[in-house]
Amino acid sequence: MSGHGTYHFKNPVVRWFDTRLPVFSLMKSSVTDFPTPKNLNYFWTFGGILTFLLAVQILSGIVLAMHYTPHVDHAFESVEHIMRDVNYGWFLRYLHFNGASMFFLAVYIHMFRGLYYGSYKAPRELLWMIGVVILLIMMATAFMGYVLVWGQMSFWAATVITNLFSVIPFIGPTIVEWLWGGFAVDNPTLQRFFSLHYLLPFVLVGLVVLHIWALHVPGNGNPTGVEVKSDKDTIPFHPYYTVKDLFAIIVFLIVFMGFVFYAPNFLGHEDNYIPADPLVTPPHIVPEWYFLPFYAILRAIPNAFLGVVLMFASIFILFLLPWLDTSRVRSGTYRPMFQVFFWILVAVCIGLGYLGAQPAEGGYVVAAQILTAYYFAHFLIILPLLGIFERPRPVPTSISESVLGKGESGARAQADATAAPEHRG
Amino acid sequence: MLKGLITFRRRSRLLLGALALAVAGLAGAPAAQAADPLAYPESQSWSWTGPFGLFDRGQVQRGFKVYREACQACHGLDLLAFRNLGQPGGPEFSEDEVRAIAADHQIEDGPDRQGDMFMRPGSAADRFPSPYPNEEAARAVNMGSYPPDLSVIAKARHGGADYLYSLLTGYRDPPPDFVLQDGLHFNPYFPGGQIAMAPPLGDGFIEYTDGTPETLENYARDVSAFLMWAAEPKMEERKRLGFQVMIFLFAFAGLLYLSKRKLWRDVEH
Repeated sequence: MSGHGTYHFKNPVVRWFDTRLPVFSLMKSSVTDFPTPKNLNYFWTFGGILTFLLAVQILSGIVLAMHYTPHVDHAFESVEHIMRDVNYGWFLRYLHFNGASMFFLAVYIHMFRGLYYGSYKAPRELLWMIGVVILLIMMATAFMGYVLVWGQMSFWAATVITNLFSVIPFIGPTIVEWLWGGFAVDNPTLQRFFSLHYLLPFVLVGLVVLHIWALHVPGNGNPTGVEVKSDKDTIPFHPYYTVKDLFAIIVFLIVFMGFVFYAPNFLGHEDNYIPADPLVTPPHIVPEWYFLPFYAILRAIPNAFLGVVLMFASIFILFLLPWLDTSRVRSGTYRPMFQVFFWILVAVCIGLGYLGAQPAEGGYVVAAQILTAYYFAHFLIILPLLGIFERPRPVPTSISESVLGKGESGARAQADATAAPEHRG
Repeated sequence: MLKGLITFRRRSRLLLGALALAVAGLAGAPAAQAADPLAYPESQSWSWTGPFGLFDRGQVQRGFKVYREACQACHGLDLLAFRNLGQPGGPEFSEDEVRAIAADHQIEDGPDRQGDMFMRPGSAADRFPSPYPNEEAARAVNMGSYPPDLSVIAKARHGGADYLYSLLTGYRDPPPDFVLQDGLHFNPYFPGGQIAMAPPLGDGFIEYTDGTPETLENYARDVSAFLMWAAEPKMEERKRLGFQVMIFLFAFAGLLYLSKRKLWRDVEH
């Protein structure tokens, strides 16, 4: 983000503008000409996909807010009014509802990409940490949005989640009443959730700007984990990555629209089509799928306070990740042992998600405890030790070398793939 | 080192396998304890399944007749207006039919100039009137039970239309060891197996004018289809638009892929 225009534009109007406010120079240096490693794979398209999804959520949300009524007596009905009477209201609502799920799907892929390729390592620690803040704000936004429907799951999710804060010693109950705006989840709760649900996405936009800014200082990482050494390693962002990202966005949209048009309620819970009733507790209160792993951690611990602490710790531990991973090799591609543990971690997270959907009883709790313990062990024990004991494979000296060497190393990569089938594809 | 790595890999795979087994084993345990007399909704074949599936006009119209004669006395349809019955993608009654159906209902309106509420025949723009003034009144005449509104019931129950069909056809004698509360009916598809609603349908209860056999199964299937439409009245519009969007997206993705390939041909990556 340079202070002065650094380009000479031919168009006199653009030149006039740019010498006074160098937005065109900024666009050119940070978007069109931005030097980007030439070896990025499709996992690197999820940043663009996420930016696109944030825009979709904000635009559809703004229109939905024009027709929605944040009042306990009208909220549920106003959602159905959108579905039935507003022109293309059903589309906007299903777009927004499934958009939240797609947002989390994309963000989890984006994060696991970062975990695998060591994107959090120096000099990108801050970039990673801003990402974790984005995740937290995103979760709060999604949770409050889910409450706005004011179905049974909305109401009871709001009750369960706000009650989490009651475990804070001494001031907990006061904080919960402050969150509710009363002595139970009620109209004041709904109204403030609506206000915050509208506000937080714009906070996210600001954080995304910081995230991209922090990305543009060191530049993109890449699958080899080797920093850019020369101009030969990079290509301008436009048109190479604009076209590639757009292609990825459209492919992602095919999946997204598949849900919107053909299975719009597949990712939701039936109970949320029952209007909220404070007097009837659903037999199983479950959050949306994207919160299930955290819900499993919460319920794994019989002690409420410890459960809440561990649940929040499972995210906050990501802030420490840049310093917990002691390996000097950035990319998982050259870390044979790390690869195994990476895929175990993926399996553990999916397993926790499965357990979060099951009733908190008997064997499910024991399994959730084991997986929770493993989750924390991965970050606190395995990653620090791996850096010491693992012997990484030789790392290429530059991106160009890794790309040029593709022909000969193809056979070697083949052998590696056979040895580590979990890494195939 | 390599040997160590292989043992390590084998061990980690063993660990994964054991973990999967443990999870599966633990998961199996509670399922086995599920109460025996209860049953899972039986899957039916419906006209609207699949990306091009639409509602069967005749079926949804018959289903509305079943709703009117067998359900409406106790179950509301608060979110629907009479005009919805004439909209494309549903029963598609004619304008006159919709007007006649609406006029059959009395709607509370007002206040008039004297400040009194009054009753008048419904018009197409009115919503279906609730059968009860409030929940308490509903419970008072239903031995404490509250007949739910049916506007979105097909989306509010696990199994959807399959569940509704199974429930409506599922009444039977309880198993000998089943303790049934007074005034409740055994139905294995209802959570807990006891439902306050008496069997609402039976062979020959409602007259069909299009020659469809007047059986319990047909009534149940038709009214389930009607309620599915009531819950998702824009489904046909959704699938139609979806098809157009999908064609566009696939074509666009194809063009982008070719552009990307052409552009990247000279970049070693």
